[in-house]
Amino acid sequence: MSNEWPLWEVFIRTKGGLSHRHAGSVRAPDAELALRHARDTYTRRLEGVSLWVVPSAQIVASDPSQGGPLFEPAESKIYRHPTFYHVPDSVKHL
Amino acid sequence: MYTTELQKQPSRPVAESKAEKEPQELVDAFEARVAADEFIEPKDWMPAAYRRTLVRQISQHAHSEIVGMLPEGNWICRAPSLRRKAVLLAKVQDEGGHGLYLYAAAETLGTSREEMIEALHAGKAKYSTIFNYPTLTWADIGAIGWLVDGAAIMNQVPLQRTSYGPYARAMVRVCKEESFHQRQGFEIMMAMANGTPEQKEMAQDALNRWWWPSLMMFGPPDDESPNTAQSMRWRIKRDTNDELRQHFVDVTVPQAEALGLSVPDPKLKFNDKTGHYEFGEIDWSEFWNVVKGEGPVAKERMSARVKAWDEGAWVRDAAAAHAAKQHAAKQAAE
Amino acid sequence: MDIKTALFDYLLRLGDDSLILAQRLSAWCGHGPMLEVDLSMSNIGLDLIGQAALFLGYAGEVEGKGRDADKLAFHRDALRFRNCLLVEQPNGDFAQTIARQYVFSTWQRLLFQGLVKSGDPRIAEIAAKALKEIDYHADWSAEWVVRLGDGTAESRDRMIAGFAWMWRFVDELFQVDDVDAAIAKAGIGPSRASLRAGFDAALKKTFDAATLPLMPYPAAVLGGRQGHHSEHLGHLLAEMQFLPRAYPGATW
Repeated sequence: MSNEWPLWEVFIRTKGGLSHRHAGSVRAPDAELALRHARDTYTRRLEGVSLWVVPSAQIVASDPSQGGPLFEPAESKIYRHPTFYHVPDSVKHL
Repeated sequence: MYTTELQKQPSRPVAESKAEKEPQELVDAFEARVAADEFIEPKDWMPAAYRRTLVRQISQHAHSEIVGMLPEGNWICRAPSLRRKAVLLAKVQDEGGHGLYLYAAAETLGTSREEMIEALHAGKAKYSTIFNYPTLTWADIGAIGWLVDGAAIMNQVPLQRTSYGPYARAMVRVCKEESFHQRQGFEIMMAMANGTPEQKEMAQDALNRWWWPSLMMFGPPDDESPNTAQSMRWRIKRDTNDELRQHFVDVTVPQAEALGLSVPDPKLKFNDKTGHYEFGEIDWSEFWNVVKGEGPVAKERMSARVKAWDEGAWVRDAAAAHAAKQHAAKQAAE
Repeated sequence: MDIKTALFDYLLRLGDDSLILAQRLSAWCGHGPMLEVDLSMSNIGLDLIGQAALFLGYAGEVEGKGRDADKLAFHRDALRFRNCLLVEQPNGDFAQTIARQYVFSTWQRLLFQGLVKSGDPRIAEIAAKALKEIDYHADWSAEWVVRLGDGTAESRDRMIAGFAWMWRFVDELFQVDDVDAAIAKAGIGPSRASLRAGFDAALKKTFDAATLPLMPYPAAVLGGRQGHHSEHLGHLLAEMQFLPRAYPGATW
């Protein structure tokens, strides 16, 4: 039996108002120690104000080979962007 | 602390991927993405040889960080002031953190940390030759920070743009944290070079012992480094060994002069025409002996790693057992 | 006892506790059971070095003889050290280190909860900064006591053995002598005896969670606060102080 501790993904909020961002991974036997390991590994230089740890096995990721069907259809929807529309410069607050 | 390119031993086959039949259109698309400086991510298709080379390079880099904790760790308990003690402990701890980031990056390629550590302990994986040299005096701590970390930074800065995303991101973090390592080393050297005659003697002695091994850190010369071309094409490596080595000599020699110490190379001289320093021949037989594990303290280093790992087994087991019990109790309660 | 003498001695006690334990933890760096745990122990060590520098620096100022924190750390012999016997105990295995850390941090937390209200503003300020660190150390070590106590048969045996080693040094933490009496009377720090109930309660909670038996305390071993240490401290100092002692006058 291998007792290798599971892998956890670490997300850090660097300051209030920002979202959590992936920083890296740690190994830990349980959630409590995963938070401590994340703190001791990734916030030694005031990098954060909040931490999330998520078991790596629980992350559901999209398949890169499906990158075409997933993301490319959005490329043609340029009407979703404000620059698509032409309005006179003289009209304000649009 | 850094990587070297030990996988480029001349004895190794140049391209291990030849035997494997991989769909040409996937290979072409991969090569095109890398050539366009795109990042490859863990779930992307990649050639088996690329994956293998990366696992070897990143794990070797991680092992170097972890083994690299030992020579400096040797002096934490003897650091001569509270400030030096805190700085050294923080630095060696950083190396541990870097090893951790790198193991995590390598794990995204499908090899677990445990497997990599076991390969190291079984003598199947390499680590940087520099850590098989002993730290004899406090000046060695200065010399390691100044020279070894200095050489490491040169190797590592270009790797922030390496083609494999998790490796590149780990290197960004490593480089950011390393920025104080070389400076603290130089500061130690400065204090000693300007100190008592005994301190200056230690400083010069440390430079004498660490200079050549530091130059060897960049790996074998380019003409004996047959995989360099492929690694550069794959953006796993961004400059050749000799280019980096020359750059290191060019920036370090004036630093030694600023310290009032002499570089132990009678052939060292500045070439006005090229704008570079010319330096003497490196003893490559020493390098290859150290790579093979015959460095002066290779046995001490490896036995310390194995001991820590083996003596930690019951701790890792205990925490895993407690977690399993907690999990079972929670399930029973539901 | 005049208050200045008492304060100097008291600051040495605070500084030396942190310094000696930091020295012990430093020896783990690079040798921990798992990288992550290695990093945690170094973080605790770094916090303790910081505490030591602040308390010893203040001690030097109170003494007024021109000794700074380094002079006090590296140029005193064992008889002049004022740390408790607990912190100088050898690392042993990980369980022994955790037992030492747990006992120390649990006690230190209670002490510093009192020191943040110190009538000496400098001590109150250092204690406020340190208390956040200590909270983390105490919680971290308690979590490890629980994991090792409850984990496997082997870890349980080792955890019990770790505490058994440290047990004779617990009472010393709560000993009140002239220095402590003078400090408590002056409103600088809490009476050490007053910390005992909180300590026993915290210990019981952790031991229950760890499924560990509460062991009776053996006869107390005392003397650290008066400079009569275990055999271990001399060796620790020989290593720690070697460079400044071998090259007096050199700066590093």
